[in-house]
Amino acid sequence: MAWFQRSQTNIDDTRPREMPDGLWTKCTSCSEVIYKTELESQLYTCKKCNHHFRIGSKEYIEILIDKGTFVETEAHLTSGDPLEFVDTKAYPDRIVDSIKKTSLNDAITTGTGKIGGIEVSFCCMNFNFIGGSMGSVVGEKIYRAAKLALTKKIPLIIISASGGARMQEAPYSLMQMAKTSAILAELGENGIPFISILTDPTTGGVTASFAMLGDINIAEPGALIGFAGPRVIEQTIRKKLPAGFQKAEFLLEHGFLDCIVARYDLKNELTNILQWFKN
Amino acid sequence: MAKVILDFEKPIVELEQKIAEMRELGKQIDISKEISDLELKIDDLRIDIYKNLTRWQRVQLARHPERPITSDYIKNVFTDFVELHGDRKFKDDPAIIGGFAKLNGKSVMLVGHQKGRDTKSNLYRNFGMANPEGYRKAARLFQLAEKFKKPIITLLDTPGAFPGIEAEERGQAEAIASNLMLMSKIKTPIIVVVIGEGASGGAIGIGVGDRILMLENAWYSVISPESCSSILWRSWDYKEQAAEALQLTAEDLKGHKIIDEIVSEPLGGAHNNPTAMYQNLKNVLDKEISKLSKIELSKLIRARRDKFYAMGVWQE
Repeated sequence: MAWFQRSQTNIDDTRPREMPDGLWTKCTSCSEVIYKTELESQLYTCKKCNHHFRIGSKEYIEILIDKGTFVETEAHLTSGDPLEFVDTKAYPDRIVDSIKKTSLNDAITTGTGKIGGIEVSFCCMNFNFIGGSMGSVVGEKIYRAAKLALTKKIPLIIISASGGARMQEAPYSLMQMAKTSAILAELGENGIPFISILTDPTTGGVTASFAMLGDINIAEPGALIGFAGPRVIEQTIRKKLPAGFQKAEFLLEHGFLDCIVARYDLKNELTNILQWFKN
Repeated sequence: MAKVILDFEKPIVELEQKIAEMRELGKQIDISKEISDLELKIDDLRIDIYKNLTRWQRVQLARHPERPITSDYIKNVFTDFVELHGDRKFKDDPAIIGGFAKLNGKSVMLVGHQKGRDTKSNLYRNFGMANPEGYRKAARLFQLAEKFKKPIITLLDTPGAFPGIEAEERGQAEAIASNLMLMSKIKTPIIVVVIGEGASGGAIGIGVGDRILMLENAWYSVISPESCSSILWRSWDYKEQAAEALQLTAEDLKGHKIIDEIVSEPLGGAHNNPTAMYQNLKNVLDKEISKLSKIELSKLIRARRDKFYAMGVWQE
């Protein structure tokens, strides 16, 4: 079947953009029309229904990190093409297009900065870069950020937003699950705290590795979090999934999250938590 | 069970049938020369076919209904198996089995995905697709092995961790993630063998170790060729291309330094001569355990982690 006959939509590229460039935007959950500057001042949440819009590392740094303290690290790392992978598009072309589209080099941004005056090693995934998928670059940047946390003896924070492992680096992507989990084991052995923040959506190999391994697991309200995607589960069991299935609130109820924190409380709550570890 | 013949095995089977017919005929007239010529031809054909298998054909071999599964290896490679059930938290998962076993008289902890042989046993084993309690049972057995200083051997053979409502409710992702972290710090040697299908998180969930071995016709990847085809090509029809693109064979992964060693299979695949397969795996495992047990534990753990840290390809 040729690409122009596709009956299904892409995970990432073709979904309606949540933040168009116009002056007004519509809440994807309750259809409330929100003025753009108002949306920004509400930290990209809907005042009416509390829907949390998907945002990227740029916005999270703005929201969470003390002004002027963020120093990006390893920004130069870009993806290789170890398998010379070609599906409907060659992998290097996919990477180049994504870099152009997002002005990011891969699906994660790392660096150091202060939250409430406390220095942290900070990682934030970008869902708009090939569905936030984890390949070698994501794994290596998390590894280096964790190493930095170890050397500087500062807490590690990772904000996840990902569809899972990146298929185009097949075996390498799978091994990043083991790689990131192993370095987190070293953090634990050295008494360095790891705070995992799960945002919409966090699924697949990312959930099944570092995202679920926080000393503290925090999620944003309504975030989809799971191992298998809802579509795969529906196809497997041939049943409709119950409402709220795999939402942050569902995970909290089943005991996999420490807490759900709304975006406008996140910085305060993180400061609180970091203070607890410090004193 | 009727013999299952894969498409690429048909020319061999046809020749075999021809030889059988000629033998019948040979009872009346002497055609022994013709028969022995044909037999030589079969051998050449076999070597030729199995040397040049496509990646998709290997996937088919890895899924062959007669291919030895974990329980076969338990019976034929190990002795004195004592199955240990349950995760001591929720229930026993029949899709992962484990317990005490001996390899050439040495105690080991054995854990593996368990597929079934027929429809009934496959339903019972959930086709080797584990639930969170399976991974938690494995974790319990790993810790037991560590406590009593016995090496661990895991056998990977799964089409994936089970994607179901209850699996999600009970934390499939958390169970796998915890195992990855646990296995990176367990203070006893771990040998991992991919014996059939190594699909994604469900496989690596018991797949972190000091030595990663893979049978010649097994496959190991982040996703099955079918699912990869359906996601990237938006159709189920590109599984052959997907298998090629994913580079999921033992030879591929040895080249990419994802696995340490390929365990060779008898000509025609493990199912064609299981006895030879068992013997070969037994020899390989015995050597590996002897080697690993000589390494100081702190060095072993360091090397285990460094091995996974080195995995990845990027540009600085």
